[in-house]
Amino acid sequence: MSKFKKKKKGLPAISTASLPDIVFMLLFFFMVSTTMRETDLLIKKPVLPMASEVKKLELKSLVSTIYVGKSADRRISGDKIQANDKIIDVKEVPSFIFSERALRKEEEVKFMTTSIKADKEASVGTILDIKEQLRDINALKVSFSTRKGNDLKSNYK
Amino acid sequence: MARRENAEINAGSMADIAFLLLIFFLVTTTMDVDSGIARKLPEKTQQDVEVTIKEKNVLDIVVNRNNQLLVENEYVQVGDIKKLAMDFIDNGGGVGVSKDGKPGEPCDYCKGKKDPESSDHPSKAIISLQSDRGTTYGMYVSIQNEIEAAYNELRSRLAVEKYGRTYNQLLDDYSDTPTESLKAKIDYLKDSYPQIITEPEPIK
Repeated sequence: MSKFKKKKKGLPAISTASLPDIVFMLLFFFMVSTTMRETDLLIKKPVLPMASEVKKLELKSLVSTIYVGKSADRRISGDKIQANDKIIDVKEVPSFIFSERALRKEEEVKFMTTSIKADKEASVGTILDIKEQLRDINALKVSFSTRKGNDLKSNYK
Repeated sequence: MARRENAEINAGSMADIAFLLLIFFLVTTTMDVDSGIARKLPEKTQQDVEVTIKEKNVLDIVVNRNNQLLVENEYVQVGDIKKLAMDFIDNGGGVGVSKDGKPGEPCDYCKGKKDPESSDHPSKAIISLQSDRGTTYGMYVSIQNEIEAAYNELRSRLAVEKYGRTYNQLLDDYSDTPTESLKAKIDYLKDSYPQIITEPEPIK
């Protein structure tokens, strides 16, 4: 029987040798899926309106975003337009789109979408001005950014 | 002479380093998807073209700076627009737009009242959204959403009848497996109920 007694009793320690591999796998996943460049909002964070018939924006790399909302400084009234880390005038929208286009390949330009993230309290006049500018330079694909939901009443209360 | 031995690097702290990086990326990640109501703006035309459109083929939606709505000169709520738009688009009281020199045909898939006072054909039905510069954006998006909902429901109804799947299901199928036959189906639905929305100059 002595042959069998040699085995030690007690729980063997769980091997943690594969832990770094698991963690690395997670790490790579997050590294790949992360978008590092987040624009700092100079305006007050826009409260997006709700909508039920939303479409997901595909091809995120081809989306240029324009923010519309109140200024972060409460003393300044009126809607402010922000694109690329600075507050711009409506007339500067075309040059913003041109600079966005310059970063993309030529054949991708026609798939580019402009996403307008506007506060629900913003006035339609500002939005229509932006749309007019986009029309002038043939940036025809526009998406009004919204949250998905059925509570439409909250949009105009 | 001492025997040289390859000292093994201690890999015990590797996990810690990796964790540190992992937590950093976890915190900085934004996974949100941007979604919204997609619209295609009309192209700029060089010269003004005179087009005559019958009054009955236009559904007038007017919204003022107090977010009050008028549809065909009647005071309505946002929730009513979908029904009104659907009735208007789906009316099918006359013949459609003539294609390739052939005269227009009456709408054989419409389920509307065929009222001669309302729109002739979905391909002729125009929705006009006149807003004020002072209207809030939330209201504007709500109206756009209701119009979109009306078109989606009509397309879905036709899709279920013809293909046994809703319009959104077909779109999902197409994004999963883009095939020619699916594209043809979707294009057919889009052609049957084309979105014709016009936005005149806002009221100052």
